[in-house]
Amino acid sequence: MVVMKMKFPFQKRVKLAQGLWLLSWCATVAGATTFTLGCLLKTELRRRAEVMDNTDIHIVPNTLMIVGLASLGINYFASKICQDALDAGRFPRWKNFLKPYFAVSCFFTVLMLLAVIMSYAMKGSLESSLKVGLRNGIRFYKDTDTPGRCFQKQNIDRLQMEFQCCGNNDFRDWFEVQWISNRYLDFNSKEVKDRVKSNVDGRYLVDGVPFSCCNPSSPRPCIQYQLTNNSAHYNYDYQTEELNIYLRGCREALVHYYMGLMNTIGAGVLSIFLLQGSVLVSLRFLQTAMEAVAGKENTEIETEGYLLEKGVKETIMEYVNPMLKFLLLKNQVQEGEAAPATA
Amino acid sequence: MALLKMKFNQQRRVRLAQGLWLLSWLAVTCGAFIFCLGVYLKTELLRRDEVMENTEIHVVPNILIMVGLASIGTNWIASRVCQDSMDASRFPRWKVLLLAWFVVAALLCCLLLAVVVLSYALQGRLEESLKVGLRNGIRFYKDTDVPGRCFQKETIDRLQMEFRCCGNNNFKDWFEVQWVSNRYLDFTSQEVKDRVRSNVDNRYLLDGVPFSCCNPASPRPCLQYHLTDSRAHYNYEYQSEELNLYGRGCRQALTDYYMGLMNSTGPGVLSVILIQMSVLLSMRYLQTAVEGAMALENPEEESEGYLLEKGVKETYQDVRAKVLNLVKFVQVDPADEGASGAAEGEKTADANTEKAATSPPAS
Repeated sequence: MVVMKMKFPFQKRVKLAQGLWLLSWCATVAGATTFTLGCLLKTELRRRAEVMDNTDIHIVPNTLMIVGLASLGINYFASKICQDALDAGRFPRWKNFLKPYFAVSCFFTVLMLLAVIMSYAMKGSLESSLKVGLRNGIRFYKDTDTPGRCFQKQNIDRLQMEFQCCGNNDFRDWFEVQWISNRYLDFNSKEVKDRVKSNVDGRYLVDGVPFSCCNPSSPRPCIQYQLTNNSAHYNYDYQTEELNIYLRGCREALVHYYMGLMNTIGAGVLSIFLLQGSVLVSLRFLQTAMEAVAGKENTEIETEGYLLEKGVKETIMEYVNPMLKFLLLKNQVQEGEAAPATA
Repeated sequence: MALLKMKFNQQRRVRLAQGLWLLSWLAVTCGAFIFCLGVYLKTELLRRDEVMENTEIHVVPNILIMVGLASIGTNWIASRVCQDSMDASRFPRWKVLLLAWFVVAALLCCLLLAVVVLSYALQGRLEESLKVGLRNGIRFYKDTDVPGRCFQKETIDRLQMEFRCCGNNNFKDWFEVQWVSNRYLDFTSQEVKDRVRSNVDNRYLLDGVPFSCCNPASPRPCLQYHLTDSRAHYNYEYQSEELNLYGRGCRQALTDYYMGLMNSTGPGVLSVILIQMSVLLSMRYLQTAVEGAMALENPEEESEGYLLEKGVKETYQDVRAKVLNLVKFVQVDPADEGASGAAEGEKTADANTEKAATSPPAS
């Protein structure tokens, strides 16, 4: 019930060791690349941290950074092992090291794959985080004199200009909040008094948007105020006007941007995952082939290499049993202690 | 009286060749760096092409690109020469090429120095070019329906937003041109009629600026129109308002940007000049030392390396004499074609002997 048995004559073993040495150095570079990609993603997420409500999405770049660092270590040891593999005198000292090594390496390789899956799975979480963050940003746009919120205006303005978007879902979100501070409203004027009285909360609501919503591609100078009033502007139709301000919402723009970034990074990480997997598989074949040579007089005989000695299920039980025994033993001791106490 | 004579035994010659080989590959990467720098600078200048009136400033990146390519080739040849220098059979074939190589290498150093000087000297020309280009851009801002100018508005808007500037010298430049197209003006309205009649050219002038002049760092929503009228807005004082719009003019902003770019490349270019000079000097020493060694009976003995065989003044006189002879030789031939054959023969014989006497030391 051996999994994937292969015959290895001496020459093939030598070629395997050399190929694996090269491959493990490539995988080291790939591990460094993974770490860098994780740092990149984290930096990009932190740049827009003010419009995100929670940091759940940060688990993706954190995982990538951990996996990158771990794979540097894994591949360093892999290259050392295959350097010693062909030397019958030096190879046995790795014997005890290899079982935990494979367990740890498989764990981190699977973690790499998990990171890619998470980057797709967490799209919804990112969207809801942005929804709340942007809503707050728009609400606190006017509070440039409140400590802790005084940069909201600048952040939202620069965000809208850079991502070419307006508001949360679209520009109408600006009609529902008061985005002009009371410091700049003349409460003696009739217009202001009318608007403030027109709603329950006494807010100064306008059908206008900040200047950062303006689209430079528009052929006419930007119309910011009285957007829903066709008669307020010459040659203007509210329903058909498309180029005047950005029509896309910032939530959609940001989600689009981050999903694009994570898709690109995910493609790279998937290929690195394949590379790392092939390093581990080759190392396993080399290990089993060399173990069969150990103790024999003629080291150039043909040996067999395999992936797993027993079947998949039995191997998993082999790894899991020690852990279970450790936990069960603890429980038994505790039960034993409880019994004399009650007796 | 050789200039800067140094003794080279076999060991030192080998070290010199190896060191020069490494140095010449370093110089190849420096050449590639200079080329990339030139390409980057040219791309940046081309991006803002629409607000520049002439392309005189492009001479700086053009020279950088040419010098980068030439220095990659030159230093690659240097590495080949010092690979062959330890082999007595392969070195002589480089003899003729080396004189030309020295001239080219010296020329490259001079060109790089010229680039550094030019990047400072052309600042005035750049400013002039930007002044005219921006003035046109602001004038044609409203012509979004005229082919050839329909992107001026978008260009100027994006420029002002990216460089955080407004207008040519400052935001008041917008008060002097009509930047709102007639297509969007209601000529039946009294306000429009008043403004159009208020000036000679019948332009709709207002004390307002486009939205791209707005400063996001301002604590209040942007005020674009009626800027000079303190009563038009609540709690607004025209003279003391600083954060509402960008205070800097775009000409200033762009000049600062490009000068900063060229200044930051200055140290890099200067260090490349130093590397190229050291390659040149080491190559000269290697050439003279190896040639000296090959002329000896035992090629592995100590030989001398020098920069110039005679002193600077004598070498200059030699070169001058050679050039003059060459000129005379060329002039004598067409002048006395048939008649004074004997005199010609004498003169050419003299010229030849003179040339023969002065040719060995030079190469």
